[in-house]
Amino acid sequence: MIVSELKPWNVIQSYLANDKKVFILGCKGCAEVSKTGDEATVLATKKQLEQEGKTVTGWAVADFLCDRALIKFKLLPFKSQVESADSVLVMTCGIGIQAAAAVIDKVCHPATNTINLGGARGEWPGAERCRQCGDCVLEYTGGICPLTNCTKMLINGQCGGSKNGRCEVEPEVRPCGWQLIYERLEKLGKLDYMKDTVRVKNWNKMQPPPALRSTIKWSIDQPDIAPTPTTAKEVAKK
Amino acid sequence: MTFREALKSGKFVVTAEVGPPKGVDMKEFLDNAELLRPRVTAINVTDQQSAVMRVGSLTAARLLKDHGIEPIFQMTCRDRNRIALQSDLLSAYVQGIENVLCLTGDHTFLGDHPTAMPVFDLDSVSLLYAAKQLEAGKDLAGKDLKGAPHFYLGACVTPGAEPLGPQLLKMEKKVKAGAQFFQTQAVYEPKKFETFMKRAGKFGVPVMVGIVLLRSVAMARFMNKNVAGVHVPDELINELDKAENKVQKSIEIAARLINQMKGMCQGVHIMAIGLEARVPPVLDACNL
Repeated sequence: MIVSELKPWNVIQSYLANDKKVFILGCKGCAEVSKTGDEATVLATKKQLEQEGKTVTGWAVADFLCDRALIKFKLLPFKSQVESADSVLVMTCGIGIQAAAAVIDKVCHPATNTINLGGARGEWPGAERCRQCGDCVLEYTGGICPLTNCTKMLINGQCGGSKNGRCEVEPEVRPCGWQLIYERLEKLGKLDYMKDTVRVKNWNKMQPPPALRSTIKWSIDQPDIAPTPTTAKEVAKK
Repeated sequence: MTFREALKSGKFVVTAEVGPPKGVDMKEFLDNAELLRPRVTAINVTDQQSAVMRVGSLTAARLLKDHGIEPIFQMTCRDRNRIALQSDLLSAYVQGIENVLCLTGDHTFLGDHPTAMPVFDLDSVSLLYAAKQLEAGKDLAGKDLKGAPHFYLGACVTPGAEPLGPQLLKMEKKVKAGAQFFQTQAVYEPKKFETFMKRAGKFGVPVMVGIVLLRSVAMARFMNKNVAGVHVPDELINELDKAENKVQKSIEIAARLINQMKGMCQGVHIMAIGLEARVPPVLDACNL
């Protein structure tokens, strides 16, 4: 389970400022539970965009956007709608946004921030990993996460350690994340993103928000609801 | 003339670097600095270069200053978060150190403490930005400073990177963030450097070409294999390999490279890495 929240509307507006025609992609997986990518939210977003003068060329809600094959399959009937759009608004977690960007040759705008669950999730979700940083930067990096793809988690561009497209830290297994981002942005005609703004990360957002703490590991750790009080007492006696 | 004034005056500027020791015996460090002093405008002090733990660059830079040598304080983002980095910038200024070279830094994995946690809270670009904020009397959190520092801020770029595009975009970002001069990664290919300068010249910021003295054929091959953005061409390796007097040849090669590139840029930065005694003869051969 991955938890996401919608980015503020003015942020989404800024991402779409230069796009007239948009395709919306939602997700019936975790994003449905988070109410960020379910059909109702996608339709409400469509309505809002249309009220603001955008053309929504189409929309689709896939079962699991974290799976590239499923996205490709799901989008087959929507091919012309996606192709006629200037960009795609992806309403799901950071993994789904990256998976969408990997199979769609269009700018894929992130509509959400993925919230940190504090390590409760023990999955390794494919090549598109998400650090749940709570402050998604995929808008500026062509849908490729620099926090998981760059060894140093750099958010302001490539360091001097990139050699033949590989990271000097572990060249056998690691591509240079910023080389991937560069190639993707070049393809999209968005290389200016690499020099526009100096970014300083808000690491505070990597902490799970208090509201989520009651639902996961913290709840087990709380003394008043500890699941094995008898065992603890027995240990104390000995 | 200070380093800043020298670069502003338009004259060709020479800098070199010294690396603080692992341990507290500062004699060799100071001897090397004294050897370089009469030939250079300022001396860089490296910050735990190659992620190897050593005496800190701020203290070592202060030592140079106490000996009447103008230091360029190198700072990497590998070992300190934004609180420590900003604090060290203020500490540097308080000690009269204004030249700061802002670097991201090698990954801990490549150094002698590979199990250490790398920090990278900021990077070269955001460190430059932080320094500019301090100059404007604010810290990164937007809080007011009691007395603002002033720096001469530098950055690094790799002219030999393949491809060059991402490096140039980052260089432009560094200029925007506040970089006032560049000292480059080592260059052995003047043609490549010329191509680089044609594209980098438009940023209007002085560039000092980086020269690393060749110690041996093995060292050249090692760099080709392991150091990103550095390529020693086969002709140079063969030339060094065939030479009877390797010391003389390494001096000759470095001097030739500087002579070939000095018309293309605003200065040269020599990284001798233990071969400081060869720097004066190299500069003699370049009339510098």
